[in-house]
Amino acid sequence: MIQVKKLVKRFGPKVVLRGLDFQVARGEFVALLGPNGAGKTTFLRILTSLSRPTLGQVTISGYALPAQASAVRRRLGVVSHQPLLYGDLTAEENLRFYARMYGVRNLEARIEQVLEMVGLASRRRDLVRTFSRGMQQRLAIGRAVLHDPDVMLFDEPHTGLDQDACAMLDDVLRNVAARGRTVVMTSHDLARIGDLASRFDVLSGGKIVASASRDEIGPDALLRFYRQSIVEKPAARELTI
Amino acid sequence: MNPIPPAEAEVHPSLGSTTLAILWKDLSAELRSRELLSAMLVFALLVILIFNFALDLKPAIRREVTSGVLWATFAFAGTLGLNRSMATEKDRGCLDGLLLAPVDRSAIYFGKALGNLAFMLVIEAIVLPVYSVLYNVNLFNLGLMMIILMGSVGYVAVGTLLSTMSVQTRTRDMLLPILLFPLVIPILIAAVKASAGFLDASPWRDIAPWFNLLLVYDVIFVAIAFMVFDYVVEE
Repeated sequence: MIQVKKLVKRFGPKVVLRGLDFQVARGEFVALLGPNGAGKTTFLRILTSLSRPTLGQVTISGYALPAQASAVRRRLGVVSHQPLLYGDLTAEENLRFYARMYGVRNLEARIEQVLEMVGLASRRRDLVRTFSRGMQQRLAIGRAVLHDPDVMLFDEPHTGLDQDACAMLDDVLRNVAARGRTVVMTSHDLARIGDLASRFDVLSGGKIVASASRDEIGPDALLRFYRQSIVEKPAARELTI
Repeated sequence: MNPIPPAEAEVHPSLGSTTLAILWKDLSAELRSRELLSAMLVFALLVILIFNFALDLKPAIRREVTSGVLWATFAFAGTLGLNRSMATEKDRGCLDGLLLAPVDRSAIYFGKALGNLAFMLVIEAIVLPVYSVLYNVNLFNLGLMMIILMGSVGYVAVGTLLSTMSVQTRTRDMLLPILLFPLVIPILIAAVKASAGFLDASPWRDIAPWFNLLLVYDVIFVAIAFMVFDYVVEE
């Protein structure tokens, strides 16, 4: 579903991604872990087509970036730590606007379904700026699934949320993944992402330095896996767990 | 938690429908907040009030300075609106939301430009009668209205493009006027001269060169913005 080969991203003299290789199969939920400044957000911005790779190949659903960016965007749902919502529009108006941007058919019925899904149907006519951070993030997920994308990209969606809001967001995330969507999510919250993802990749120094499935890591060993990956920086898939 | 049903097959949104969606979104948000229009209006009214007292003009001279004062007011208030319009997109990450949509990026440009034009025309529609009363000059002239529309189109065409560039920088509030004013000088000069011509009831042969210059600049700036907007928003 997602194929990345020898990806390099430079900002002037600074090299952020150094020949990164990454694959995600259809229906996988991959957690992308790594310290601050490792290049996670830069990598996700390239996958979303918001940033161009300096070198390397990126294909999503068989479409190459950046050449076929529009076809890729049609298949992507993106949630970042910013909600990408307009505070002076209601929840319903925000979804209607994005539904029109994505050409969603039968949009009123779809908006209704999505608001029910994220548990905001009763607040549909309230302005988004009156929403709590957790509610805004749930609506952001609703915005991202409006057009029923094959691939969902989440960039630290739990940032700034309290425990209750995180738990509600997790329910929505499980729901999103349950329909067989491919999900890539960056996070620093290992405890939370450990319950959600099926595979864990560690990005450090502009490369994937470790990759393992949930079964390979075993229960309650994600923190150890992560620390070993960052400290020892072994080559991908060579880590002793 | 309810399961997510699949969406019905999508249609490819046209340039026109996405442009109108962005315009509708900007107008709806502004009707609620009135942040942008109120700031532009207060600023515009203050400018003409300050000119009124500062110049302390004799009635005979007032007509001569009218077009200059009007266009200075529109240009300053317009810059405020252009900055704010793009800042609201950038501050909440909504510009990324627009860029993630599978639409022709020209639609984003045209949607934002039409919104900016609408806000500028609203301010001009309020400023003109106030100016008429304060300066005791009759501004209800069809030719003048046409020049105001054409000048505003050119100003907004280049201003929307430059505000998209400047909003990506930390010094966006300072950068926009520095980039914008040198580029719109031809538009402002042509608009001032053509407006003065209509207010003085000059013959068409005197107004025509300025009118034509304004028309050509409008076409050139809209075309250039249409061609380069995709590159401007690319990271």
